[in-house]
Amino acid sequence: MTTTLNESAPLGAARQAAGLPRLLPAAPEDLRGHFARYGQTPYRGQAGLLISDIEASGLTGRGGAAFPVYRKLAIVARARGRKVVVANGAESEPASRKDELLLRVAPHLVLDGLQLVAEAVGATEAHLYLHTAASPEIMRALAERSARGVDMLNVTITQAPPRFLAGQESALVNRLGGGPALPTFTPPRVTERGLGGAPTLVQNVETLAHVALIARYGARWFRAAGTSAEPGSMLTTVYQPQGQCQVVEAEIGAPLRTLLPSGTETQAWLIGGYHGSWLPLPHATALTLDNASVKKYGAAVGAGVLVALPSDRCGLTEAARVTGYLAAESAGQCGPCLNGLPRIAAGLAELAGRGHRKQIRADVERWAGLVTGRGACNHPDGTVRFVRSALTVFAPEINLHARGQCSATSRRPFLPLPDGIPTSEDDWT
Amino acid sequence: MMSDTLRVNPINCTGHGVCAELLPELITVDEWGYPIVDPRPVPPALDREARRAVAACPALALKLART
Repeated sequence: MTTTLNESAPLGAARQAAGLPRLLPAAPEDLRGHFARYGQTPYRGQAGLLISDIEASGLTGRGGAAFPVYRKLAIVARARGRKVVVANGAESEPASRKDELLLRVAPHLVLDGLQLVAEAVGATEAHLYLHTAASPEIMRALAERSARGVDMLNVTITQAPPRFLAGQESALVNRLGGGPALPTFTPPRVTERGLGGAPTLVQNVETLAHVALIARYGARWFRAAGTSAEPGSMLTTVYQPQGQCQVVEAEIGAPLRTLLPSGTETQAWLIGGYHGSWLPLPHATALTLDNASVKKYGAAVGAGVLVALPSDRCGLTEAARVTGYLAAESAGQCGPCLNGLPRIAAGLAELAGRGHRKQIRADVERWAGLVTGRGACNHPDGTVRFVRSALTVFAPEINLHARGQCSATSRRPFLPLPDGIPTSEDDWT
Repeated sequence: MMSDTLRVNPINCTGHGVCAELLPELITVDEWGYPIVDPRPVPPALDREARRAVAACPALALKLART
């Protein structure tokens, strides 16, 4: 599947009025082009100053959790001694392509943001955590900055293992420390005790790119797009029912129907990726791309994965396939997740087959309740959110399957999963 | 008076089950043997039993957290 920039996005006029795109240039930009467009990296000359701008901007984390960025900055800034900042480009969500694209076309926005938050919190160490081996674009960008003396801190690159949880904050810190990318129990949070015990600020790479722009243009500029509760723009990875995948920078609060088709070729939407939620059509066409809107369905925009599931596939089969993947991606550290997720996945697979046992749906519901809130990380909760929304949205399909039927005319898998799901416990490094 | 809440570290917990035996009023086990802990503050009348359960956990996975 190819990822493309969306040059002819729907609502072109509305996007331009909101000053979009902000993050994605039409072609990859080198340091000279970056500085010509945005000016030099706007260091503030002392720690702390940027944090009030970030607070006023209302920027939230773009890695999926939507946590207010200034709060993490303030916690790390308050600490003394050695401190660490990390740009998180693990993008472990199999359907997400936005961080990879951003790092390819606008690496200097991300690297500016990393240096700026490092200055803001008084960090002594900077890291870049990537899904794949560092691309030529990233290596070139770092070399350009080094030659021009742009960076205050050298950036250490670490590659994430190809696991769903590898980008989770505590797993990331474990990996940077040389260990397996496994989540740990909180508290303490990594902002209090992270890499080697040092307070550690972990921000998604897109979040850092927004920081680089807020530092230049201010909070008011940032708030010219988005809603008052959720300002700005966000990168989304959009899957059309024909299978094309595009990264689109969308205004938060944009009508979802301007991003995803809802005609007869589409049977349901998935929003927020594999810890996200299925949304029923046509009801979901009234929703907008912001958490305040989609939470009516128990959904969240997450890291911006938006999928239009084509009408010729079986939603239940798709959901079962993804749930099998999520169960295999349990770190296996917590009893309820280790025991519950494989059972939930097997239950969903049974529902996706023909003529399931009558009690299996109730079993899946009970296991879902049993694992919720009982993991060290949010993997069980996110998986359950995905599963429960599938049981609701694809309820008619479940009834069909109970009678030995299926509405699908194509068996070709639609939702992307990594090739070769790891099965060994050694695959976390 | 400060109240404490029981909290399980699910990574350390091995599902031994001694906590549920000592404190059935606040802890039950799920179908796989892992504890389900009452999220409400421990009532003063059960404070001693709660401390005993915490001390008895062989995995050091049960804690009383100040709330």
